[in-house]
Amino acid sequence: MTTRSLVVVSAGLRVPSSTRLLADQLASATGAELDRRGVPVRTEVVELRDHGHDVVNHLLAGFPSEALKRALDTVAAADGLVVVTPIFNASYSGLFKAFFDVLGDDALVDRPVLVGATGGTARHSLALEHALRPMFSYLRAVVVPTSVFAAPEDWAGGSAQGTLRGRIDRAAGELAEQIARREPTEAADPFRLTTTFDQLLTGD
Amino acid sequence: MQFGIFSVGDVTTDPTNGREPSEAERIKAMVTIALKAEEVGLDVFATGEHHNPPFVPSSPTTMLGFVAARTSRLLLSTATTLITTNDPVKIAEDYAMLQHLADGRVDLMMGRGNTGPVYPWFGQDIRNGIPLAINNYDLLRRLWREDVVDWEGKFRTPLQSFTSTPRPLDGIPPFVWHGSIRSPEIAEQAAYYGDGFFANHIFWPKEHTQRMVGLYRQRFEYYGHGDADRAIVGLGGQVFMRQNSQDAVREFRPYFDNAPVYGHGPSLEDFSRETPLTVGSPQQVIDRTLTFRDYVGDYQRQLFLVDHAGLPLKTVLEQLDILGEEVVPVLRREFAALRPAHVPEAPTHASMKAERDAAAETVR
Repeated sequence: MTTRSLVVVSAGLRVPSSTRLLADQLASATGAELDRRGVPVRTEVVELRDHGHDVVNHLLAGFPSEALKRALDTVAAADGLVVVTPIFNASYSGLFKAFFDVLGDDALVDRPVLVGATGGTARHSLALEHALRPMFSYLRAVVVPTSVFAAPEDWAGGSAQGTLRGRIDRAAGELAEQIARREPTEAADPFRLTTTFDQLLTGD
Repeated sequence: MQFGIFSVGDVTTDPTNGREPSEAERIKAMVTIALKAEEVGLDVFATGEHHNPPFVPSSPTTMLGFVAARTSRLLLSTATTLITTNDPVKIAEDYAMLQHLADGRVDLMMGRGNTGPVYPWFGQDIRNGIPLAINNYDLLRRLWREDVVDWEGKFRTPLQSFTSTPRPLDGIPPFVWHGSIRSPEIAEQAAYYGDGFFANHIFWPKEHTQRMVGLYRQRFEYYGHGDADRAIVGLGGQVFMRQNSQDAVREFRPYFDNAPVYGHGPSLEDFSRETPLTVGSPQQVIDRTLTFRDYVGDYQRQLFLVDHAGLPLKTVLEQLDILGEEVVPVLRREFAALRPAHVPEAPTHASMKAERDAAAETVR
């Protein structure tokens, strides 16, 4: 069976980062779910902090550096994505948005995506529903029904078996289901010719 | 192999002294640069076409006609002619006229133009970019090849019994290149007609150029114009040279850092690694340029961008001296030594006329 690619995009800025911590927990829970279904999976992590300058340079110069290109290609070829951002000003961070801005309009079509976020208080949690979910819907990704927000109390007081754990497992199950039911992804080739010259000439 | 320069015709403030040339100065500077290109032994001068500030060359045939009158050997071309927003009838007329005045020293490079607002100024819509390029060029070809044209299409009024005048010099239309960075449809168009394909090659990584040229060559062969390695390929390039490479980097850096398109973005070092930009000694430019062949195969035309980003005219003329004296003679020799005999040169008016006359002779 083809090994599936699960790609984690984390927009945390600090090291260690609670955003990355949540991303890792979501990824490992998804991996465990796929394992249970007998679907082999390889997990790769894209830390957006590492590409911060390159993302801005791409916006300005119109093409990605080699390192950013590899990251974008990795995301575009993923069978499923876990994307996690800190919530800034009631929405995703600018770096998170800019990364998906340079990814390309069609890169995520029909791609299963689990959205997650972290914030200083649980009052930010609906940013997942009013900011992240619409953006990935716009990109025609398949966003799984459960999104996962982690606030400080989830890390501080909650036990490992607490409600955050429950949400992570539910979301991971949904993502694993979407990945398992699909054929492996074939990354789109932007240089592929999709029409014949006669079609171009006649405008059909 | 042909070597030359292509100019965008930007009016840009010199970041080292805050001086901005007037339009008059920039236009005259472009002419001076073109004349210098012939003087130092280059083969081609190509002007951009733009219809918005900060660019001056909105009327390429006016400029090229003026240059034609003051040169005798230089091939005059465009980079690019807007096949989307120009009326193909006017392109047919203007460039046939230029052919007569320049004794055939004319070819064109078609491009779509990527500035959305320009399209409606000429009654078009950027969303139709590809269909405009395909349909307009199809009409342009007919106007040059058929004395009387009846035509009806989507993007202009129909033509009935129309003759584009003057007819192309000696009945031979100018050779056409199609320029595109990443639209496979345009590589396909160039291949379909057996025209040339030009990859701008200066603002993007070489992988783009490699893919596009590869596609063009493969489709050129598919359409029966000859083996893939006989297809006609041109490349852009961007250089800045001083005898000492550190001097080149020091002098060019402020222009790079503030340049339109990529300024305030990647560093000069990153951009030099990731695109064909070469800032250094003449030998470094020679070495880098020779590597282009490794990923596009033997090719026919190399144009350099040397006069943008606010570089003063004096500096540009010095760059042309270095190109003409130290770089291009070596590149000519080295590329020629590497090129197999069956790979053709880029067609010129003279070569196309000789070929036609020879074919007529054979028939007789």
